Amino acid sequence: MSNIVLEARGLHKKFRKGELYTSLRDLVPALAKRAVRGGLGKSEFWALKDVNFQVERGEAFGIIGHNGAGKSTLLKHLCGILVPTAGELVVRGRLSALIEVGAGFHPDLTGRDNIYLNGTILGMTRAEIRSKFDAIVEFSELADFLDTPVKRYSSGMYARLGFAVAAHVEPDVLVVDEVLSVGDFVFQRKSVEKMRQVMKGGTTVVFVSHNLRAVADLCKRGMLLDHGTVSAIGPATEVIKAYMERGTEGAAEDPNKDVYVSRVTLRGAEGGDAVQFDAGERMVAEVEVTARRAAERLAVVIECRDEEMYDVFNTSTQRLGAETVSLAAGEKFTVKLALRLHLAPGTYHVGVYVYRYDIQKNYDTLSPAKTFYVRSLVDVRGVAHLEPEVLSQDKG
Amino acid sequence: MMAMLRMLSRHRDLLYMLSRRDVTVKYKQSIMGFLWAILMPMLITSAGVVVKIAMAQMSSKGVQFRDVLPVAVKAAPWAFFVASIRFSTQSLSNNHNLVTKIAFPRAVFPLSSVASQLFDFAIAASVIVVIVAVSPVPATVQLLWVPVLLALLIAQVSGLALLLSSANLFFRDIKYLVEVVLTFAIFFTPVFYSVLPHVPARVGDIGSQGKLLLLNPVAPILEGLDAVIVDGRPPDLVWTAYAAGWALVLLVVTPAIFLRLEPKFAESV
Repeated sequence: MSNIVLEARGLHKKFRKGELYTSLRDLVPALAKRAVRGGLGKSEFWALKDVNFQVERGEAFGIIGHNGAGKSTLLKHLCGILVPTAGELVVRGRLSALIEVGAGFHPDLTGRDNIYLNGTILGMTRAEIRSKFDAIVEFSELADFLDTPVKRYSSGMYARLGFAVAAHVEPDVLVVDEVLSVGDFVFQRKSVEKMRQVMKGGTTVVFVSHNLRAVADLCKRGMLLDHGTVSAIGPATEVIKAYMERGTEGAAEDPNKDVYVSRVTLRGAEGGDAVQFDAGERMVAEVEVTARRAAERLAVVIECRDEEMYDVFNTSTQRLGAETVSLAAGEKFTVKLALRLHLAPGTYHVGVYVYRYDIQKNYDTLSPAKTFYVRSLVDVRGVAHLEPEVLSQDKG
Repeated sequence: MMAMLRMLSRHRDLLYMLSRRDVTVKYKQSIMGFLWAILMPMLITSAGVVVKIAMAQMSSKGVQFRDVLPVAVKAAPWAFFVASIRFSTQSLSNNHNLVTKIAFPRAVFPLSSVASQLFDFAIAASVIVVIVAVSPVPATVQLLWVPVLLALLIAQVSGLALLLSSANLFFRDIKYLVEVVLTFAIFFTPVFYSVLPHVPARVGDIGSQGKLLLLNPVAPILEGLDAVIVDGRPPDLVWTAYAAGWALVLLVVTPAIFLRLEPKFAESV
């Protein structure tokens, strides 16, 4: 029991939608209106509903979920910024949050001043900062710019300084939100290294992210949030799988669609349902299309987008020269499409469309349908993996 | 109040850094530099002198140094009061990125605003000390009242700062309201004139009809400073007790209100 540093028991949070009177000028007429009408109904909704979880000392715990699933709200509860409507949250020890790097930086102050300012904001004492000052500066690699106002920093430098301070807080529980995606690639690596080091030192880390690769890399256990409730909790890989499967649910629910994508599965070399691929691996996408009403000359379009949802690749069965398919009501067909993943390490999304080219009709869109991530043994960046090799380095 | 004091001692470094930030940022890249601190008191004093001259002409008396010095003495604390209230009212809404992102006691924002204005006040006050020192006004034991009166002023300002800064988060037009009130408050506060009678009478004494104006909690403090510094006599004890009562009530009530509202801040920004 004493090993549990973070525990949520039946956590609920209610938010109110719509009007909040932010000025007296608005409040007075609103009160008058309410008095006349007699009780205006409030539209409330649960941002978090019965959230329960425990995090043990020294554990790395990932929290994932789609936008609006309640991740940020939960995070703000962990930090003590928001107070739950019901339930309780127990934190044992000092908790520090990396929600935004460089929070409280003042543009007119120098790097040195901002280290102290930001450090005290994050909960350190001045004496503590003084003793860690050199380490912070060294980590940020900004020794030459310490007396420059941070408004003259590039955004990368700004982020580096922010992360450097935050990384030296040494809390018992560290809550991290997306901050690993700041700075350039080399610095990102360094940040991940620092996180591992922090974890080795016995710090508990709660990691909230869209970046599935980072969650899978750093966390052993995790939790999937969906509309404010916990829809999966357990080993990180299983939770990530649940997150990806969730993507295809709900698509079939719209009864107005004549034809819809009923299932999308990604398979790797082993043939099973896969989430993680190596660069250059062959991936097989299986798309099942179901017709509610008869439809003719259907083609399946498949696309691949990167983390920022930029189009990386797209094609369709018809463009590849395959026959179009006609379906009678209630019929279904499955397309198997192989793709070779010459992709750089990162998170990618697969999207699927059912399309009829001659009348330019889009029957169904499911994008993103699946998410997968690619790892690589060589350090390459960007989107494409061009399988580089250093052949020779001759002098003269 | 005890809860707030405990919190403040735990986060004193943060309080210090935020105050320092406000002071540094203000003086950085400014032509005026430390003149900023005495600009407001100087303007108020000059305005006071103009008013006194006008009043003197009506009563066909000349304006003497004795009439002007009290204005300077009262202008500095009044400038501190106005600037602190104005600055602290917006302190929470101006720092909304921190209020919604990081957890620490929110009271450090209004209080550090007051502290940074206190720095300006210290500079202005040292100018006043020099003026008083070279003036023919004798130093008396009554000067021991000065720290007491200033403590009352700081207590009132801190209480109001806590109250107004949190109110401004919930109702964004509080700051305009405060602005308007502060602009005209000088007419209801004995800075240019005096409410308590002086012997011999000075230009600008309103006299007993103006006693109602002492209900303004800042008024007895300013009149008290005037009495102990310029006239070398003790402040009016009844009215000073009245001001102390305000200070006490504000210090007990506003931290309680602030701590009660604090959990709702992040949602209201």
